[in-house]
Amino acid sequence: MAKDVPPRWDRRMQQRLARGEAAALGELYDRFASLVHGLAHRVLGDEKAADRITREVFGYIWENPDAYDPKQGSMRSWVARIAQGQAVARLRQVEFGRGSHEELEQKVRSANAAARADYIVTSMPAPLRAALELAYFKRRDYRQAAADLQISEDEARRRLRLGLQLLSTANVLPREDPAPRGYGTT
Amino acid sequence: MTAPSEGTPEGTPGEAHDAAHDAAHEYAAGRAPRIPGPRPAGDDLEPPEPVPAPPPPHRVLKSLLGAWALAACSAEETQAVEDHLTECAPCAEEALRLRDAVGLLHPEETLDLKPLLRSRVLEDCLGRRPARIPVPVWAGPYDTETARLDALLRDFGEAEWDTPVRLKWFQEERRRTRRTTVSGVIGHLLTVDGLVATALGLDDPLGPHAPPGGPAGRTEHFWSSDARPGTGAVRDPWREQGHTLVRTVSFAGRGAAELAVDYGPFALPLADAFLERAFECWVHASDIAEAVDYPYGPPSGPHLHRMIDLAARLLPTALAGRRRSGLAAPPRGLVAAGAPGRTLHLEIEGAGGGSWDIALDSPAAKPSREHTVAEVALDGVEFCQLAAGHISPEDAAVGQTGDREAIRDVLFAAASLSRL
Repeated sequence: MAKDVPPRWDRRMQQRLARGEAAALGELYDRFASLVHGLAHRVLGDEKAADRITREVFGYIWENPDAYDPKQGSMRSWVARIAQGQAVARLRQVEFGRGSHEELEQKVRSANAAARADYIVTSMPAPLRAALELAYFKRRDYRQAAADLQISEDEARRRLRLGLQLLSTANVLPREDPAPRGYGTT
Repeated sequence: MTAPSEGTPEGTPGEAHDAAHDAAHEYAAGRAPRIPGPRPAGDDLEPPEPVPAPPPPHRVLKSLLGAWALAACSAEETQAVEDHLTECAPCAEEALRLRDAVGLLHPEETLDLKPLLRSRVLEDCLGRRPARIPVPVWAGPYDTETARLDALLRDFGEAEWDTPVRLKWFQEERRRTRRTTVSGVIGHLLTVDGLVATALGLDDPLGPHAPPGGPAGRTEHFWSSDARPGTGAVRDPWREQGHTLVRTVSFAGRGAAELAVDYGPFALPLADAFLERAFECWVHASDIAEAVDYPYGPPSGPHLHRMIDLAARLLPTALAGRRRSGLAAPPRGLVAAGAPGRTLHLEIEGAGGGSWDIALDSPAAKPSREHTVAEVALDGVEFCQLAAGHISPEDAAVGQTGDREAIRDVLFAAASLSRL
């Protein structure tokens, strides 16, 4: 579930982590564990592996809270970036030597796109997500979706198109610096 | 998991561009682009129009691209869009892109995070870099149990929040029940945790005009109040208060553990109040889990041990209270404070277990091995069920030897620790 967190929360959390407050670590876990675990599971398709990535990601953040730069975006997106980078690095290790170089790269590309898409869906404005969910998972057409959401048919079409446009960026935009420097070789 | 009716998208920018390029190229060459149609529309029951209407304008067709890619428009609209794609390169390009995007949609996985993972992750982190401001050991069970319950609530929809829950406790020598809902239970936890909050100088969740008194009165006040948040809305204030409590005691000095928390009829030192709240959180989480038919395990062994220890320490006082009300047998003789007196040996089995010696004659008496008159053995979770009033003293599966009256008094005293 995406929650709109004010940037103030992000900065405050960073300060609390930096001064070594264990209670802040617990709150960080409560807010982001399902995001981290979900992304890792999407990339690796294995629960144990996702557990391990979750341990590594929170360990990294706890040891390096200063690596977060609020100017670069939300803490949520930073955490997602670390999780995805770490999971993909792990995927490369696991898959190394199991097929051709090209096959490996293809797997990595699809895993990255799937993880980005998940992140986009969980972060997109709730009205767009609700429209997509009705049309895709509940197989409602846009008129029915408009009625369900009590919006105009024009608006329903707009939301579906906009939602997919956002989602389609998962295929196009490669994430920069998938893993923090010096990280991802555990 | 992949999309139900479409192939896995390739998902690379290069290919997307190439496909768009091909489509444009094919359009220039006067051929239809090779765009496979979307999956059949869910709603194709509309009768076809008798007279073909003129195609909608570009603006409208463009606005339909998202619905088209999701197969969420009518058969005529689908046809109109697909006709349009053969003659409009920008729309054809976007149509492809949106169709690929549909392939990236996944049902949200309801993969439960294992509750133990939280403790492991936190331990792991603190092993790498010790906390400069740790959470006090006695607040650990509360931190863990509230997080565990919150994870259970995470995916609850309206129906789950309104599910009836029967709260059970033991009062006036018999089992009591009270009907509420899942959201009512969280409200109960919020208001009683509020006793701890006010002891720490934090805001009372019931506001400045909260009624005096203990957990039951506060809960009834909350349940009947107009300000009571609706379905599910109680989760955030409850969770936030829990986080605030843990944060606050992390910064409080050592003496904080002894700070008195006023429960109305009695008071507990802060450290014990945190344990009591952790215990209640687990007990009520189990009530909720049972109501929505979800599995919910006991706390970890070390945390369960602390909860049992609290109940064992409260037993002599509870016993004395019952004796004053004539509900327990009178003492067999006066024991000077600090002197050894008659003792019941409590042996708790299973994870979190251990053994405790309970002073029978007076809370001030010293338990003593030599003066042991009875021995009781039962499972840790069973003992907690008894102390929570979920099973009655007569029904507890207890191994016992020795003075039957003393055993009965102690089991009833354990049950009397429970309340709404």
